[in-house]
Amino acid sequence: MAILEVEGLTKKFGGLIANNDISFRVEAGEILGLIGPNGAGKSTLFELLTGFYPPDRGAIRFQGHPIVGLRPDRINRLGIARTFQKLKPFQNMTVVENVMVAAMQHTANPRKARTQALETLSFVGLLEMRNAHAKALSTGQRKRLEMARAMATRPRLLLLDEVTGGVDQRSIPGLIELVGRLRREGMTLILIEHNMQVLMSLADRVLALHLGRKIADGTPTEIQNHRGVIESYLGAAYA
Amino acid sequence: MAPPRASAPAATPPPAALDGPDSALRAAQAEPLHPPLSGRQKTLGILGAAALVAYPFVFNTPFPQHVMIMIFLYGMMAQSWNIMAGYCGQISLGHAMFFGIGAYSSAFLFVTYQISPWLGMLVGIVIAMAAAAVIGLPTFRLRGHYFAIATLVIGEIVQIVVQRWEFIGAATGIWLPIIRENQLVNFQFNDSKIPYYFIALGFLIVACLAVRHMERSRLGFYFRAIREEPEAARSLGVNITLYKSLAFMLSAAFMAMAGTFYAQYVLVVDPEVVFPLTLSILVLLMAVMGGVGTLWGPLIGAAVLIPLSETTRILLGGTGGAVDLIIYGALIVVICLFKPEGLIGLVRQWLPAPPAEREADHGDS
Repeated sequence: MAILEVEGLTKKFGGLIANNDISFRVEAGEILGLIGPNGAGKSTLFELLTGFYPPDRGAIRFQGHPIVGLRPDRINRLGIARTFQKLKPFQNMTVVENVMVAAMQHTANPRKARTQALETLSFVGLLEMRNAHAKALSTGQRKRLEMARAMATRPRLLLLDEVTGGVDQRSIPGLIELVGRLRREGMTLILIEHNMQVLMSLADRVLALHLGRKIADGTPTEIQNHRGVIESYLGAAYA
Repeated sequence: MAPPRASAPAATPPPAALDGPDSALRAAQAEPLHPPLSGRQKTLGILGAAALVAYPFVFNTPFPQHVMIMIFLYGMMAQSWNIMAGYCGQISLGHAMFFGIGAYSSAFLFVTYQISPWLGMLVGIVIAMAAAAVIGLPTFRLRGHYFAIATLVIGEIVQIVVQRWEFIGAATGIWLPIIRENQLVNFQFNDSKIPYYFIALGFLIVACLAVRHMERSRLGFYFRAIREEPEAARSLGVNITLYKSLAFMLSAAFMAMAGTFYAQYVLVVDPEVVFPLTLSILVLLMAVMGGVGTLWGPLIGAAVLIPLSETTRILLGGTGGAVDLIIYGALIVVICLFKPEGLIGLVRQWLPAPPAEREADHGDS
């Protein structure tokens, strides 16, 4: 069953068409990769799916319910969580408090929220850092924290924006392994990812965007050899 | 822009630290939610409480009692501002309007209908909370400085309206008649300041307990999340408009309480005294100077600034020639330079938190 159905999604910023008539479906339990050069419209698509921007046209259905026009907090409560490309930790709160904010969606009891938050922190490998302030974390740790926060809202669908972007090489395998474990837990995922190696090891299917349009939709191998995708990244000469 | 990189098998397995043994998790979950008070903190608390109770009997002249009453009153207002700005990150420059609403509600109801000021205070709290909700609705769309400017302008408008509103006394305000019987019911104590002292202390304690409770509950977590990163808070299911409104309403309620207290203390309310911008600013200064976003900061701010202004007023006569404001300004500069987190930073140096509260060592992922 499709958990997410997107039809004809369009978003304009002045004269720029950031998302142009994009349609796709995501099946429950699937990992969908989203690739495209900078400015292709990947992050805009995330903003539309999570209600941070209103689309100009198009429909989004999550588990069969239309969600266009709902506030971001409502969409999160329905079961879509996200991370941000530019990380947004609650800097002056501790790591465990950051995750407690998310866990409190399901319990008003701080002790229960803390118990759940610590489980999530243990899952992402940040348990040791629980009492550090978020501003003291490295970039890789912040990515883990942001994933932990999103996970603690117990979403059905998790949107991850550049899990490996801006992280030192040493930290990448651990982050990939973490996404792999999310998948084994049965989470449906959409990943924005530049690193093809990461996508090859994680994604079931890849959606390629270029200048706001969907140019390809297929298995990672298909996408890797797709003429349009190679052109969009490297120019026609390489295709 | 990064081209898609093909190939190369996925590197090394994840670091072993990823899946800590269950025992580490259980141990972490068993930790206390809040660090227990240290022996030093307990001793200090008991001594402080005893000193506060003994104070009006030891210093049994009006002036020292008045200074303490003002510290309690302003401490409560600074605490109220702190809820809104320190915890929730919404800077208000119009908080005097809620003080005025509290003062006018009880005074008007008492003079017109002989309703006990205690009931009048409840009415004032409800009106102030309603006003905060109504003001918040359009203004919470504004970010940062624009919200602060909006509250400043609304505060000024309210003052001007009250100055011209004949029904509630316009610029003359309301004079409360002196009543000698049923002092407690009528919230008037003409023989001694001691009842005012303990009522103000009680109000302050109520405000502080409310903040302590808020700080540790979901409300406080959501407030701080909104202060730190509103977008992230929304992405985690927090209805930020709702929670900003709740912060504003809670804050307004305590300002209104302080307003009624003030009206009963001086027995005169007029727009110049209970709605001025200077009051909004003063309350802000105390909270900022003491340390925002902390329970004790605003109290420390009030305890430092009130004696300063009251003393200069006595020494220099009249309004004190605004010398207190010059000293405030200088103090603010000094604090910004050396203790940007407020005077609470100094207190924390003297009274270190127990080890559990300190930050863990930083590792790397």
